[in-house]
Amino acid sequence: MPTVQFTSHLKAFFKLPESMDVIGTSVREVLDQLEIQFPGLMSYVCDERGALRPHVHIFLNQAVIVDRDHLSDLVHESDRLFILQALSGG
Amino acid sequence: MAPETLLLGTRKGLFIYQKTGEGWVKHSQHFLGIPVSVATRDPKTGLLWASLDHGHWGHHLHVSPDLGATWREIPVPTYPEDAEYKPGKPATLEKIWSLLPSAHHSGRMYIGTAPGGLFYTDDEGASYHLFQALWDQPSRQTEWFAGGEDSVGPVIHSVIEHPNNRDHLYVGISCAGVFETQDGGATWLPKNKGLIANFMPDPHCEIGHDPHCLVMCQSSPNVLWQQNHCGIFHSNDGGANWIHIVPTNSVAGFGFPICVDPNDPDTAWVVPAISDECRIAVDGALCASRTTDGGKTWVDYRNGLPQSDCFDIVFRQCLAQSGNDLAFGSTTGNVFVSDDRGENWSCLTNCLPPVYSIQFA
Repeated sequence: MPTVQFTSHLKAFFKLPESMDVIGTSVREVLDQLEIQFPGLMSYVCDERGALRPHVHIFLNQAVIVDRDHLSDLVHESDRLFILQALSGG
Repeated sequence: MAPETLLLGTRKGLFIYQKTGEGWVKHSQHFLGIPVSVATRDPKTGLLWASLDHGHWGHHLHVSPDLGATWREIPVPTYPEDAEYKPGKPATLEKIWSLLPSAHHSGRMYIGTAPGGLFYTDDEGASYHLFQALWDQPSRQTEWFAGGEDSVGPVIHSVIEHPNNRDHLYVGISCAGVFETQDGGATWLPKNKGLIANFMPDPHCEIGHDPHCLVMCQSSPNVLWQQNHCGIFHSNDGGANWIHIVPTNSVAGFGFPICVDPNDPDTAWVVPAISDECRIAVDGALCASRTTDGGKTWVDYRNGLPQSDCFDIVFRQCLAQSGNDLAFGSTTGNVFVSDDRGENWSCLTNCLPPVYSIQFA
């Protein structure tokens, strides 16, 4: 199963582990599974249309995902996803 | 009787103060590190609402039945799937700017948002209703535009409910102006006659105004006041006609907040600033200006406020009044209180984060 890691910022809102294995063959499927385990998480990562929020990034291995609107990037068994936010603000 | 309570939404959390025999003392702090755009307490239910602007993580609402001892996150309003704030630009909730508990409908909360949607909920966020006819205003996509902070869409920052008519509402929108409904939201009409928009091609346009803050006198609901981008305006006829108030012997004029005495339609307060490109305190000194004669004369009250090297500005929701008490908070984290109707001030704190909202509760 793909492995997901989270920025520490998200751990302020949800009791997330350092990393976890999640079933899914696309970024969308992985996030849907996370929402089941952590209700409300999706509303922090995505807007009400399901698109990634502007200052949230998801890395698929070493590269940011391509499809920020529909999260259709394919995910394989050995892949690692990292959810983080832009390093901006004050 | 519960002690008077002051809710301070700031860039780094919600701070609650209460008035005791020793004066105002800090009660508690909440959501440290997270911007709180506005907080209010519904007097009917006692429920405390806080609007959190997580920035990267979106906007979220929390409620507390016990003045912050416990909190519960509730859903936020969402725009319809096909809603666009401009052609080709999907509307998603950008920010919650105003929370108004209904005086008529128990448990109802009106919620003004960017990019231009007004919502209400009767069930603490389990379901929301968009005021569709306001959203469907023909002028919205062509004549409304962004105003306020770094918003991409229009901002509904002021929501007013008529004290004697549950179907009668006003909203203040930056930038569009004032709109009124008298039929519960089925129809809305612009109420901007007499306003000036000197930043527009036509300063006397019907729509395109920037009412920084809109308030109503609750005992004389035909009397409305607004601190507008282009000055202070007053209406004696429910917004049908606005009169430009030009204070003399006062620095009042430009600014963001305004409040009116709920028992005296002729008494109002503002906190002036330099217009408009600079946006700091006038002449490096803070004052609160008050009229008691419907805007004919104003007095700038300075006692207890910094009078040199002062660069504070006070945002639109950062001035509040309750009886003889007034309070305002600034972008510099200063909070000042008065217990004599704004004539003398004392500093509550110099050390808060930038203040985004103040309400007595």
